[in-house]
Amino acid sequence: MELFTNQVLAGIATGAIYACMALAVVMIYQAIDHLNFAQGEMAMFSTFVSWQLMQWGVPYWGAFVLTLAFSFAGGIVIERLLFKPLAKAPILTNVAGFIALFAIINSVAGLIWDFTIKQYPTPFGSSPFLGSQLISTHQAGMIGVTVLLLILLYFFFQFTRVGLAMRAAASLPESARLVGINTSWMIALGWGMAAAIGSIAGMLIAPVVFLEPNMMGGVLIYGFAAAVLGGLTSPLGAVIGGFLVGVFENLAGTYIPGVGNELKLPIALALIITVLVVKPAGLFGRPIVKRV
Amino acid sequence: MSAIQEVVTEAPAVEAVPKKAMTLGYGASLAMLALLIIVPLFVKNFIIFQLTMLLIYALAVLALNILTGGSGQFSLGQSAFYAVGAYTSAILMEHGNINYALTLPVAGIICFAFGFLFGQPALRLSGVYLALATFALATAMPQLLKLGVFEHWTGGVQGLVVTKPDAPFGLPMSQDMWLYYFTLAVTIAIYIFSVNLLKSRSGRAFMAIRDNEIAASAMGIDVALYKTLAFGVSAGITGVAGGLGAIAVQFVAPDGYTITLAISLFLGMVVGGVGWLPGSIVGSAFIIFVPNIAEGISKGLSGAVFGVLLFLVIFLVPHGARQVAIVAQQLIGKLKKN
Repeated sequence: MELFTNQVLAGIATGAIYACMALAVVMIYQAIDHLNFAQGEMAMFSTFVSWQLMQWGVPYWGAFVLTLAFSFAGGIVIERLLFKPLAKAPILTNVAGFIALFAIINSVAGLIWDFTIKQYPTPFGSSPFLGSQLISTHQAGMIGVTVLLLILLYFFFQFTRVGLAMRAAASLPESARLVGINTSWMIALGWGMAAAIGSIAGMLIAPVVFLEPNMMGGVLIYGFAAAVLGGLTSPLGAVIGGFLVGVFENLAGTYIPGVGNELKLPIALALIITVLVVKPAGLFGRPIVKRV
Repeated sequence: MSAIQEVVTEAPAVEAVPKKAMTLGYGASLAMLALLIIVPLFVKNFIIFQLTMLLIYALAVLALNILTGGSGQFSLGQSAFYAVGAYTSAILMEHGNINYALTLPVAGIICFAFGFLFGQPALRLSGVYLALATFALATAMPQLLKLGVFEHWTGGVQGLVVTKPDAPFGLPMSQDMWLYYFTLAVTIAIYIFSVNLLKSRSGRAFMAIRDNEIAASAMGIDVALYKTLAFGVSAGITGVAGGLGAIAVQFVAPDGYTITLAISLFLGMVVGGVGWLPGSIVGSAFIIFVPNIAEGISKGLSGAVFGVLLFLVIFLVPHGARQVAIVAQQLIGKLKKN
């Protein structure tokens, strides 16, 4: 039983990372209806920026805030320069664009900071949390930050003018334009927010997986799995999906014989396919109705 | 977040390409063929090997083109089918001592079945969701190949070494050159098959589904059947390409068939022009040679150069090589008039 609680808690802790990533994925999906395959690389780049700032002597939280601002601006710039012209292009072209972005960011990060693995500090410390042996303070901190982020997003979308405008622009762009919302900028804002959320995920996960240009590969796939499980249209679903995927991954690795570390990834992928087949809208998403 | 049900009039995933615009004219085809036959006689063995790989990847890109350009479905998972084809050939040759040429149809059939079965769940998905599901398949494939259960057959992480066939009937050719002509023959056969497939009743059904699924089903097309069929055919051709690839490289290992390969094939299709079959060879040249060129421009930044080139293609020639070919054709037409 203790093994079980242990694994569930550890799963929730890793799930927090996936939840963050899934949240970023869903944000962009809401804004532009595309899955951003370069999301992980953007997060990785932001994390490197924060690391560099700390190397220059900026304290952790200072670097954290600066990185958030940088990522937000970076997300908007990428949208304005590269993806706004592609807004009317077929999905295919957009996917190719994301892949190109992926290659560019990965390679540039490799050139600036090289491919050696780097230590990344945690602001929460890594001692046992509340005297329990099960999770460390960093893992508890991660869960806390994710939940806080979700609550902030909820308030943003539910109670602010801009949040409301973003939702309107995403669900009915034409009507939104008629009531005076600048839908084009709402998309840019969505990119900026997704980049910022991604950078938080990157900075939280870096102490666990260590910092290097390829650190986000696996995480992004789990993020996708989480987003799909929770429903690509629901931020709350994405977070819950993230925790579920984390727990599921750990339990499957512990209890199903033959599933060691080597099969964890295929398990996540089997999960994606199962969800897509059984309930394509995910647990909390709205089914999409197409007009003929 | 809102209570209103989402109603979307979705933009088509793939732009419609008219059937006639999918192939080359007779003259151009023959010129291309002559070029492909003559060039290897004058170059070194290593370049012949590269040309063989060019044809093999062209086949794989062609397969994806039938799926995407023909029936409008996505796949980021072609590397999985390629891997299955490669392993089928390798295992049959090394464990079954079967002639290399005979392993290819088997690889094709096995991959057809695999693709057809995978197509069943994929049916319910479209656009982004299908891209995701196939992406998942491609990422999972190397790990599945490494599984201990199959290790006796697949050689696990180490993979399998495949012997390269000699030229038959005592023909005075190097192994590389023989393999090149063998690959060329297979490629031509499959190209002709694909062109005819797209011209046939099934091909028209694919295109009707691509352009408007609901209208297609109203016309009496069995949408489910033809969608899975497109997946199967595409996977089958990819499998043959994979088998050829295994013979040419003389080696199969799980890490040779990662998501990178799937992405390369996808890019090859975009660069070659979606739905334009001859573009496959241009796309294949892009994915084989451009990374080398990029590395030549800057060693550390090869990925960035590659990405920038890709963006240039997307922005300047969104229809890929097809667009270039059309412009060239118009220019030649003008020159003739003068």
